[in-house]
This record gives sequence, structure tokens and C-alpha cells, in this order.
Amino acid sequence: MTLAATARAIRQRKQSAEAAVQASLDAIARWNGTFGAFLRVEADRAATRARAVDAAIARGDDVGPLAGVPVAVKDNLCTTFGTTACASRILADFHSPYSAHAVDRLEAAGAVVVGKTNMDEFAMGSSTETSALATTRNPWDAERVPGGSSGGSAAAVALGLVDGALGSDTGGSIRQPASFCGVVGLKPTYGRVSRYGLVAFASSLDQIGPFARTAEDAALLLGVIAGHDPRDSTSVDRPVPDYVGGLDRPLKGLRIGIAAEYFGEGLDDEVRKGVEGALAVLQEHGAEVQEVHLPHTRYAIACYYLVATAEASSNLARYDGVHYGYRAPGIDDVIEMYSASRRDGFGPEVKRRIMLGTYALSSGYYDAFYLKALKVRTLLRRDFEQAFQTVDVIASPVTPTTAFRLGEKTGDPLAMYLADVYTTSVNLAGIPAISVPCGFDSAGTPIGLQLMGPAFGEEVLLATAHQYQRVTDHHLRRPPVEANG
Amino acid sequence: MSTRIDESLVRHIATLSRLNLTDAEVAQFTSELSAIVGYVDQLSQVNTDDVSPTAHVLPVHNVLRADEVRPSPGPEAVLGNAPQRQDTFFRVPKVLDQDSA
Repeated sequence: MTLAATARAIRQRKQSAEAAVQASLDAIARWNGTFGAFLRVEADRAATRARAVDAAIARGDDVGPLAGVPVAVKDNLCTTFGTTACASRILADFHSPYSAHAVDRLEAAGAVVVGKTNMDEFAMGSSTETSALATTRNPWDAERVPGGSSGGSAAAVALGLVDGALGSDTGGSIRQPASFCGVVGLKPTYGRVSRYGLVAFASSLDQIGPFARTAEDAALLLGVIAGHDPRDSTSVDRPVPDYVGGLDRPLKGLRIGIAAEYFGEGLDDEVRKGVEGALAVLQEHGAEVQEVHLPHTRYAIACYYLVATAEASSNLARYDGVHYGYRAPGIDDVIEMYSASRRDGFGPEVKRRIMLGTYALSSGYYDAFYLKALKVRTLLRRDFEQAFQTVDVIASPVTPTTAFRLGEKTGDPLAMYLADVYTTSVNLAGIPAISVPCGFDSAGTPIGLQLMGPAFGEEVLLATAHQYQRVTDHHLRRPPVEANG
Repeated sequence: MSTRIDESLVRHIATLSRLNLTDAEVAQFTSELSAIVGYVDQLSQVNTDDVSPTAHVLPVHNVLRADEVRPSPGPEAVLGNAPQRQDTFFRVPKVLDQDSA
């Protein structure tokens, strides 16, 4: 079932919310031990809420578009129930006094949050391996990573534990795990979804977005979480279109750009063929493909890892063991207490990024690194603005390879960073992009197609993905979990 | 601009970052940050004369709201996560020493 179908069945009283939520909890109980998608499951709360939805439907109340549908949220989204740990030791026992806007919107629409999903610590990573709390495995091959940083949300949807989930995307953290796990993942335009209650990593890049198996479900979720929120000063006050209603836009006449810079050295041959196959399908159904140029793409990773780490070093200064989070015990000196709490509370990748960001912002290096990166960011934005003068969307691979093996890149941080080559530009430019399953490699692991759009162009991305899914069946294949588990 | 990342620079950055690193971590970060900084240094090849920096993609500057009293979570909700508290205060190690107090 899709999320849309489950929601319809519950509204029409063909299925109870209680049964839908129980099925999700049962599936989690069956599979989470193997795949580690969830850090925490809120079984009692979810069952209680589901019964409340059923009672509301029985009374004839207006229950909302997601009434009774089980969903999952990433562990960096604040919830007033359970803990919000960002998969970090430093926040392992943190109970948020408020909940994220996106979580509130989901629950106001009737959805039932069944638990919090695993992630790279503070969303810093591309494989979910930097989580201090759990290991998540790829549903298609348990020896491979699910991608990251929203690997738990992607795996939960791929396994069918839930039909929809939220993640966050700072440099590809929704799109890359969506690609690795064979599901749809959408990174909205910066400002489209309020970041209120999203634990900050890099504030000028972070954005919350949905995971689902179909573009239609992603459209439904985005329509619920998008919109202005005065509690996030970067949330944009602009009407939210009817994303589901816009899915019918035909492919005929759609102008798709392809940039040679996204098909160069380092791109795996099978991934290239998968993406080219998807482009052929889109052309066959009326889309026109033309070349565009994004000449500064080669500098995107360098630019991203300076901007993101600089912002992170500032954002993570708040973890000092004073107001909340871990405090190293028995230290009399306050500076020593900060430094020891941070040493013991943060994992190696978080420390590495705080160090790099502090360096890029420090006296003597600021102009050469941080300021230079902000100027290159302007050039990357201009590349997209020019390209979108002539095309409606730009298509590319999401990642240069399919899911890599657990442990394969953990010893070489730079190699891990370089794998983000096709996803980071989108965040630097603030534009939306979607990852759509478009095939499998010879090992049976999923390949993703990335569609990038102009700012606030989510409608065309979702419609293109939906029209593609209408004529293909990659999204209908299920991971061989019985063999894995 | 090429800068050599050596152990003394790493210790300096760790102090600025308020991270109490072990010697093994200093050695590890020296080699890893050298590789990463060597890579990001390629930005120096890009001509950015007359290019203004983008710190933020939105044309938004100051966002103001009406100065109205609104409910807040209250001290218990906020102090609930305190590593150490005393009454309605966060308890911390002494910040000022005897002489400067």
C-alpha cells in the first residue's frame, strides 16, 4: 500500500488507524533488529493516537489528509515525546521541551509518528555510520550502507515499516539515502519548510523533506509540512501549491537539461546507464532533452565542506555541558569542563567538522577559505539560474556509485566527502531536487535519478517523477528482506 | 594559498573549538585535515574578482515581529535537561577565581 491508499482506506473506514499503526509496529518489531532503521519506537503513544483517530472518524470529525497513517521522523527533529538525540552521545538523554514545526504539521494532519530514525551524528555523514547509537543496514543488501545522513528514514520506507518519513538534507542527506535504498526523497527549496525544531547543522543549507515510495506520497507529505512559520525567520511566506493536484502535468513539452559536468570521471558505468535509461523513457513520453552547462560543479564539494563546516562549528558551540546534554563529571574549571564534555560527547566526524569549520573561520584563514567559498557559492547559484533560463528541470545521477559496503569509506573521510559530488550544489544554490528510483545495478542495488528544479519548482519535480513512475515499475520492487533477515 | 597543517596548528584549532583532544586524535586530525584542506584549497584557482559572497540564498534580512508577551515553556521545562541544577538555576563550575571575584 502507498501512504495515499492507506489514508483513503482509513478515512473510508475500510481499515482502522489502529490496525494500520499496529501493522507498522509489528513490521518494526520483525525487522528493526536486522536493519536498525529506528533508534526508538513509541509503540504505546502511537497506538493511543491511532485509537483517537478511529474515534474521531467514527464521530465524523474532520481528521486531516494523513489521518491514522504511521510515519517516522529523523532523530534530529524535536519531539516532546521520547528523546531527540541526533544519534549523538552528547544529546542521548535530551528531552525537547517543544516539537518541530514539521512534526506538529504531520500530527495536525492526523499522521501517527511511530518512532525516531537513525542518522549520522548531527547529520554529518553520508552512510549513517557516524551514528553513535546504532548501525543501519541497507534493505537491499545488509552488508551495505543505507546512505546518509537520513539513512534510518530511507531504510524504514524501503522496508515498508512506514509508508512515509521525514529527513533533513544539508548536502544530499535525503536524496542520497533515498537513492541507495530505492525510494523517493525530496529536498525542498530553502525556506519552503520551516526549520523550527530541526537541530541545526548548517543553517543556510539545512532543509526538511519527505521520503516515500511514490512521488504522489511525497507530494502529499510536502503539502502537509510546507508553509510559512513565523518561528523560522528563513521560512518563506508564499502560498503552498496543491502538489498532488499538480501531478498530472504531462511530460510532453517538458524541457530537461543534462549537464556534462554530472556525467564525468568517477561515475559508475551501471549508474550512468540507469540514468540514461530513465532519460530515454522521459523522452519517449514527450520530454525534450537538451544540454546545459554548470561549469562550477567541480568546485561544489570544496565549497560545501567549507560553508557547511563553518556553520556547524558555530551551531555546535552550544553543546557545552551547561544547559542540556552531556557534562563531563568532576571538573572544577569551567573551560576544562566545556572541553572535556565536548571531547567525550562528540564522535570523530563531528569533531573533524568542527575543527575544519573553526579553521576556515579563524583569523588569518577566513578570507582564503570561508569568504572564498561564499563567493564560489555565488558562482554555483548563477550556473543554475542561467541553466533554468532554457530548461524546466535538470536531470543527473544522485550518486556516482550505488550503495557502498559498510566500513568501506570510514577510514578515509575525504573519500566519503567526494561521493557527495552530485548533491551538494543544490543546497548551496537553495533549489529543490528529488531522487527517484530508476533501476538496479547487476548486484541488485538501487540506482537513483536526480531531478533538480528552480527555486520553488517542487511542482514540476514531483509531476515529472510521478509521470515517470506511471510508466515504470522500479519503485514497485521490494527488497529481498527474507533472504537478508 | 597553501598552508601546512601541523600538530601545533591542530592543537590551536582544538583550543578554539573547545575540544580536549588526545595526542592520538591530534595526530589523526593533522593527517586528515591536511588531506581535506589540500583538497578545498582548489577554490584558490577560481577567479572571484567582483563576485559578491552568498552567505544566504534568500533575499531576507531582518525579520521583525510585534513585541508582544507570549507564553513560554517555563523554568521547569527548560531546566529539565540541565546536567546540574540548583533551585531554578543551572549549576556550573566556578567561572571566576578567588582573586578576580
